[in-house]
Amino acid sequence: MREKTKYVPVPSTTILPERDAERAPVLECVKLGITLGGIKAVEDFNLTVGRTEIVGLIGPNGAGKTTVFNLLTKVYQPTTGTILLNGQDTHGMNTMQVNKAGIARTFQNIRLFRNMSVIDNVKTAMNNEMRYNMASAILRLPNYRREEVAAHRRALKLLSIFDMQGVADVPAGSLPYGAQRRLEIVRALATNPSLLLLDEPAAGMNPSETADLMDNIRKVHEMFQIAIILIEHDMSLVMNICEGICVLNFGHIIAKGTPDEIQSNPAVIEAYLGRKKEA
Amino acid sequence: MTFLNFFISGISLGSIYAIIALGYTMVYGIAKMLNFAHGDVIMVGAYVCFYMVVRYELPPFLGVIIAMAVCTMLGIIVERLAYKPLRQAPSLAVLITAIGMSYFLQNTALLLWSSNPKVFPSIIGRGSFKLFDGELSVSHITALTIGVCLVIMAALTLFVGKTKMGKAMRACSEDKGAAQLMGINVNATISLTFAIGSGLAAVAGALLCSAYPTLMPTTGALPGIKAFTAAVFGGIGSIPGAFLGGLMLGVIEIFAKAYISSQLSDAVVFGVLIVVLLVKPAGLLGKMTQEKV
Repeated sequence: MREKTKYVPVPSTTILPERDAERAPVLECVKLGITLGGIKAVEDFNLTVGRTEIVGLIGPNGAGKTTVFNLLTKVYQPTTGTILLNGQDTHGMNTMQVNKAGIARTFQNIRLFRNMSVIDNVKTAMNNEMRYNMASAILRLPNYRREEVAAHRRALKLLSIFDMQGVADVPAGSLPYGAQRRLEIVRALATNPSLLLLDEPAAGMNPSETADLMDNIRKVHEMFQIAIILIEHDMSLVMNICEGICVLNFGHIIAKGTPDEIQSNPAVIEAYLGRKKEA
Repeated sequence: MTFLNFFISGISLGSIYAIIALGYTMVYGIAKMLNFAHGDVIMVGAYVCFYMVVRYELPPFLGVIIAMAVCTMLGIIVERLAYKPLRQAPSLAVLITAIGMSYFLQNTALLLWSSNPKVFPSIIGRGSFKLFDGELSVSHITALTIGVCLVIMAALTLFVGKTKMGKAMRACSEDKGAAQLMGINVNATISLTFAIGSGLAAVAGALLCSAYPTLMPTTGALPGIKAFTAAVFGGIGSIPGAFLGGLMLGVIEIFAKAYISSQLSDAVVFGVLIVVLLVKPAGLLGKMTQEKV
């Protein structure tokens, strides 16, 4: 077993937005690494994310971006390094505990509960804040009713951010593609995260849908005042919306900085932007 | 009138199958495994009820409640000891373990309670309702069985549809990984599913042995297999499917016994299953699911 690493403050590794400078960061990754099947999928990953920062995680296919998300959410346990979430070491936590601690995510290939209604998808994510027990559920005691009604209201309110309250009772699987992506974001928000991870939110979207998505991400950011890390291949989205960008290649961070710095970084251009863009 | 009589017996037998099938179908839906030890939990429930009522002379109602409590615990323990360590194992390993668990329970029962058949006292007496000037007679246990089955179905549908535990169960049945990432305790949800299924098995055991009063360590085996058939017939993983499949299987079995041959009834039952699966491989109410790439 790995020893619990003692917290050593590291110099800030991304450009913290000024508004976050005085506040403790939401996420600090120190020398994070994982070996999968003998290959170092991610190595020496250091990243600090400010309380309300939007960070882009980019890199060519297979660079280890989704692996980083899987490490943060404990789908994989890191082989080395430390993840501090709100100053708390997440070592030994499982996926469910890390969600309770404040990380929520969406998926590259949409993973909604397709046969459940839209609103039940959202309410499922509120499971932890409902405190009633089996007995009150079976006997339908007042606290069961009160909490279910409150959850229902909050779910509708969250759906209304994306104008989805009208389809609350439709099975999630029957929604159009773009709406499913939006629902995934709503479902993630329902767990009350302090850090939202978006895995390729614009994948498969046309330019106008992508523009809408950009507005939505800004809206969510403004309303909830949370930090967001997004993996994305759509450079216009990343350059427009992110305050800090982190470029991965072969599991290593090759550059970090503001969108302007990244666009002019020769290492990035060589590894990523210089190549013919994937379709 | 004899037709109606047979039909009601069929519905009653089918209700028992339906209650047992719920256990199979819920566990399959959520843990994606076939719990072949489920039939033997019925037998344990029936024995517990038998001893409570006959030896300790408790009222039958209380006997059933105690049997439910014991079986609920048994279900949770079996899951924790035998199946939980195999969560990541290939499904074949889990299946073999379930069959092993089934034999373990049967043989433990053999040791504890011997192979001598016990005569199970009906939990509600042997009287019957006479309708249409005595042309139609419905025994109390038949009526009780149908009533209990309807109550269980309604309660379970509400529970799964309207409570947070129910939503967690549905979420786990669709995507355990995503459910866990949304803060759902998957292990607790699987435990709860086994608890509910096993508690219902105890009810089914008491009802089954009240209608067919011979109680042996192998009593649960055949009804278990039939209920499993019913679950597949209705579409495994689907709660209404288990209900429909159970009722249809019961009716088909009784009609086959009455009008074709009592020796061939099981052959007819399984024959119908084969035909249904040829036409609708996912079962009557089952959804065709594509394997995820």
